[in-house]
Amino acid sequence: MSISRRKFLGWVGAAGVGTVVARSAHASGNKHFEGYPGSFGVLHDMTRCVGCRSCEAACNHVNSLPAPEQPFTDLSVLMQERRTTEKSFTVVNKYSVASRQTPLFRKIQCNHCLEPACASACFVKAFQKTSTGAVIYDPSVCVGCRYCMIACPFEIPAYEYNEALSPRVMKCTLCYPRISQGQLPGCVEACPMEALTFGKREDLIETARERIRQFPGRYVDHIYGETEMGGTSWLYLSGVPFSQVGMREDLGVTPAPELTFGALSVVPIVAGLWPVLLTGIYAISKRKEIIFQQELEAVKKAAQSRSKEEI
Amino acid sequence: MDTIFYTYQEFYTHTKAIAYLLMVAALIGIACFWKFLSGKDDADQDRTL
Amino acid sequence: MSATTSRGSQTWFTPFNVITSAIIIVGLVITFLRFTKGLGAVTHLSHDNPWGLWISFDLLVGVALAAGGYVTSAAVYLFGLRKYHSAVRPAVLTGFLGYALVVFALHYDVGRPWRLPYPFIMQQGTTSLLFEVAACVALYLTVLFLEFVPAALEWLGLKRVRDLITRLTLALTILGVVLSTLHQSSLGALFLIAPSKLHPLWYSPYLPVYFFVSSIIAGLSMVIFESTLSHHYFADKMDQTHLDEKEGVTLGFGKAASLVLAGYFFIKLMGVAGGDNWRLLGTSYGLWFLVEMIGFIALPAFLYAVGVRNKDLPLIKWTALWTIIGIVLNRLTVGLIAFNWQLPPSRRYFPHWMEIAISIFIVTVGIVVFKFIVTRMPIFYEHPEYKDAH
Repeated sequence: MSISRRKFLGWVGAAGVGTVVARSAHASGNKHFEGYPGSFGVLHDMTRCVGCRSCEAACNHVNSLPAPEQPFTDLSVLMQERRTTEKSFTVVNKYSVASRQTPLFRKIQCNHCLEPACASACFVKAFQKTSTGAVIYDPSVCVGCRYCMIACPFEIPAYEYNEALSPRVMKCTLCYPRISQGQLPGCVEACPMEALTFGKREDLIETARERIRQFPGRYVDHIYGETEMGGTSWLYLSGVPFSQVGMREDLGVTPAPELTFGALSVVPIVAGLWPVLLTGIYAISKRKEIIFQQELEAVKKAAQSRSKEEI
Repeated sequence: MDTIFYTYQEFYTHTKAIAYLLMVAALIGIACFWKFLSGKDDADQDRTL
Repeated sequence: MSATTSRGSQTWFTPFNVITSAIIIVGLVITFLRFTKGLGAVTHLSHDNPWGLWISFDLLVGVALAAGGYVTSAAVYLFGLRKYHSAVRPAVLTGFLGYALVVFALHYDVGRPWRLPYPFIMQQGTTSLLFEVAACVALYLTVLFLEFVPAALEWLGLKRVRDLITRLTLALTILGVVLSTLHQSSLGALFLIAPSKLHPLWYSPYLPVYFFVSSIIAGLSMVIFESTLSHHYFADKMDQTHLDEKEGVTLGFGKAASLVLAGYFFIKLMGVAGGDNWRLLGTSYGLWFLVEMIGFIALPAFLYAVGVRNKDLPLIKWTALWTIIGIVLNRLTVGLIAFNWQLPPSRRYFPHWMEIAISIFIVTVGIVVFKFIVTRMPIFYEHPEYKDAH
């Protein structure tokens, strides 16, 4: 009994270690994830934006994109609703809203989701949410399937359709090279109206709340991007409901990876159980066949012996 | 197991990678196990048939 | 067209040869354009519509219609329905060619086709449904090749290798069904990531199940349809067993298709209930959904049933064709018609004629290769040296 007593104490000790390990694993959060602490974002206050297109020009310059057909000083392009393309990572659109005398302007670019749909959809992990908050893309592994473009709920990634041999997916990088060196993103730096504020996402949410609190008449009481698709690093304040400035309010709060989680979870179960089920079905049909053969032979033998007896 | 995950995306990438390896193991493992399970049956059958 | 089936002596300038050559020449010219000028020169793909006809038709439809391979081999080798044995080889061959063409077509659609193995050799994006599809399609193509290759080996007279591979039949069949279940359903699951873009009548958490179940229907119907065509054009290649079993295959598979269609009808209905989308049935998309539900699911289920009860073979054959059209429409709806339904018409997609031409080109290549193989290898007949060997 003494041995088993020692063993028992050993188990107790092991169990103690086990709970400690389990607790630290839990502390690292294997159930609930809230994104990189202290990651950056940008707050876009649409009520301050005047549609000067300075951010578009800066973005074009910083990312060495090809010169546009019309210069950035030409504001007539605002007459048309535009989207991001492979040559422009950000565009400003003008929205004339009935309830306001002056139009509203909205800047569009990658929202840098906390749980990016593009990264969830990419089958070569070409997209990565970095600890800075930027969602970056690695063209050196990209196959060009364009599933990221299907997945993106904000319709941001664009594709170099006219590149024959080395087409890339093109989108805003949150100026990842610049913010890694402590510089501001190109668009934020260029904005003359302080309509764009760069900072830690959690601080930006506070700033936005504060503005809504101070000027309740100026803003609708919602920070777009705080919860949309599980939250985005870009946040928006508007003076009118967001649907009136072309932003979808029906996206929900489910992070993209959760949308496919169920389907992906079934995969290993099918791989594990289907062979068992199918082998079982095979074995049953095979057994039936063998029994049939045996019975057939028995009948034949019986018939033979009967015919012998008769002779 | 020491890796700290900050996003669902990272966590799922990790867990699904292991699941894929286990799937390969399951497919091969179950095939081999069936051979072992019915190995003697087949031998009996060969003798009788 | 019957002239094309007879061998030798005749002139090369048959209608079949002339038409296929013309299509192939056009296809090669567009291929050249695609790889010198880029996707933009030959497609209407856009930033809003990154997936067009080549994904919806060549991939989604192609894979669904190639399901005959796993359905037939499962019926014969796993469920013990030996009386359908003669249907296995044509079904496996069309399955193999179907998947080979899907992979071939993908080389046109992806930006850098030489990187197609990257998900396996560079970085594994394990959270992507597309990774799952890619892995399963790659493996299943190998499985189908191994299932088909005994016919080629019999033709070439390589008995020992052939015997070695046929010993794997059971394992290959089970692996084939597992892989097919996974990637047929995952093709539907591809769209689960985009609830904001696919119309709610088609977007459902059951989407993967719908794709899997409808692939069984597509597989059964394709076997019936192909056997009708093959009998018309390649009857001289068929042995007595094949001809004797043909009627049984049509009746049996028709009965199975009818039953699965009935089940499919109800689970589709449960999807509408699950999303509480009843009121959407009154919209124009709802009308299209009802056309699919009644015209291409309920109606063929009923027609198959009538055909099987009355042993009306022509009715079953026509129903098979109708069902296949229904599956094609379903995949095109999910991939193109109901996708991006909220965008204004100016930002919607309609295929460029060259996209359509490439899809026709790829189907034509498939028919030519199929014809080459069945006129040479033991597909519709058992090789005299291997009678009863499988």
